[in-house]
Amino acid sequence: MEKQIIIAVSREFGSGGHAVAEKIAEDLGLAFYDRKMLDEIAKEKNIKIEYLEKYDEKPRKIILSRRVGNYSNSIEEILAEMQFEYIAKKADSGESFVIVGRCAETVLKDREGLISIFILGDREDKIKRVQERTGLDREQTIAKMKRHDFNRKHYHNRHSDKKWGDSRNYDLCVNSSKLGLDKTVEVIEAFIKARISE
Amino acid sequence: MTMAQILAVIIFVAMFILIVLDKIERQYITLACGLLTLIVVFGVAMHSKAAIIETLNIKSIFTLGFWYSAGESGESSTGINWSTIIFIAGMMIMVEGMAKAGFFRWLCMKLAKLVHYKPIPLFITFMIMSAVLAMFIDSITVILFLAAVTVELAKLLKFDPIPMILSEIFCANLGGSATMCGDPPNIIIGTSLGYSFADFLTNTGAMAGISLVLIIIYFYVVFRKELVQEEHAAAQPASMPDPKSAITNMKDFIVSCIIFACAIVLLVTHAQTGLTVAFIGLFISVITLIAFAKYALELLGKVDYKTLLFFVGLFMVVGGLEQTGILEVIAGFIGKVSGGNLKLMVAIIIWVSAIASAFVDNIPFAATMIPVVKSLAATQGVDLETLAWALSMGTDIGGSATPIGASANVVGTSVAAKNGYLIGWGKYCKAAAPATVIVILVSMVFIFARYC
Repeated sequence: MEKQIIIAVSREFGSGGHAVAEKIAEDLGLAFYDRKMLDEIAKEKNIKIEYLEKYDEKPRKIILSRRVGNYSNSIEEILAEMQFEYIAKKADSGESFVIVGRCAETVLKDREGLISIFILGDREDKIKRVQERTGLDREQTIAKMKRHDFNRKHYHNRHSDKKWGDSRNYDLCVNSSKLGLDKTVEVIEAFIKARISE
Repeated sequence: MTMAQILAVIIFVAMFILIVLDKIERQYITLACGLLTLIVVFGVAMHSKAAIIETLNIKSIFTLGFWYSAGESGESSTGINWSTIIFIAGMMIMVEGMAKAGFFRWLCMKLAKLVHYKPIPLFITFMIMSAVLAMFIDSITVILFLAAVTVELAKLLKFDPIPMILSEIFCANLGGSATMCGDPPNIIIGTSLGYSFADFLTNTGAMAGISLVLIIIYFYVVFRKELVQEEHAAAQPASMPDPKSAITNMKDFIVSCIIFACAIVLLVTHAQTGLTVAFIGLFISVITLIAFAKYALELLGKVDYKTLLFFVGLFMVVGGLEQTGILEVIAGFIGKVSGGNLKLMVAIIIWVSAIASAFVDNIPFAATMIPVVKSLAATQGVDLETLAWALSMGTDIGGSATPIGASANVVGTSVAAKNGYLIGWGKYCKAAAPATVIVILVSMVFIFARYC
């Protein structure tokens, strides 16, 4: 049997990290998990998907939730735990896959086949990309980027003892603005192949 | 305000904020703040070795009165309340023993079977069971088992468990208020002010009993539509789990039932026998460890030391407030506002405690308020007991109003959510907040009628 590889991609909002991860999965013929895993979780737990989406990759609301021992009643944290379980189960099954976000590099940190990547981008480049995708004006785009990155950072740091975006936490950090998305994919794939052949 | 008072208040407020932020485990927060109180407030600002010794309160453990008190003398309320800590530790060990033997699951399954798994009787039975169990066992354990069984039954019988879980949580908090050992604030109030199990039962117990009847009716009315629908649509229980299957070992099960019965008898009669709750806690834990000698280490390992340490630190910080006299200032303020009117004092204490407990941990709140009511009673010449019951009901019941108010709420909603039944603030408060107001009103009227 081939060795399992798990590629965990973390990204700044607007860096194109999601598209890069999707392309890598396609090129390497790997399963791809992103927020769509919510569909399966929602089905399994019999919860409305729209309800879960509200809480995806968000930090808990400090004033509105509490933790007693191992029990937290923050829906954001419970959903995060459900996703971590889901990811761990996929990893346990021996499947190779690409996963975007969800603190996967921490959840799966002890897995032998883990390759963790962080994709960042130049500010102007990110603003342009988000504007193209959403059609929002500059002000709104900047606010949206700030909000998403704030959520991702606090979500990540809540569930990991390492900091979001800290290069020491990842095998490879790439600024997608320097080479463009296609070349970035190539560079990362070359890195992955080198790692696999080791 | 003196320097020591300002420092004590800063440490107290910082402790509260850090607990809410939940970045550091709460026992480290209270212990660090407690240590800071000893060094900065007592050492640097007050230069008082006596304050440090009084707050650590270790000497009290080695007095006869700590373990055995003929007549009803209260423990000194200053500093670390070791009685509370030893009692809670003892009960934790007993409860772990019972859980290991399968007692709680068996009880839930047995009762469900007795009412033939019908949604409405199940709904009412589980509410009563939750309240009764919580009278003697901590509400977290009660809800942990009840919520888990409720979810399991809901999946098998295809009903929505949320109404049941919400009402179970409320009743666990209500049951806890009925006795001296039901809820941590009551244990602290009882040991600090020297009240017995019977004192609680005939006061907070009576209020909780009357409230329980009203609350069952209330929750039935609130969830009537869902319940009636479910009653019609209820799936036939073809293959329900046998209650006996919950029992891991018959001998252990019987032993754990006997130990539990012993604990209840000792608690109910402690004013007559003179045995203090510290003695009962220690005795019950030793008996449990002997009876389950095989698993003694496992049981000891399961004790929630974090919570015990949290208590130790908390009492030190509150000791700082107490020694610096800041709590007397607060008591003086309440006395002034109420103009010496007992009814107004009771109303202020019960509502302020209830509203505060709905949002912050009620244990630090109760621990802080005890010296306040004590000083209030002394300076205003009013009956301490009256104020104590107002404080007890306010802190115990107020926590029911929101999902973060009490530990049972957090654990119950967490267990539900992990199984896919998400309970947000809206859904929770819509059901529980009016119920909280009802119980607080009932309690206030009861105290007015009886004491004012």
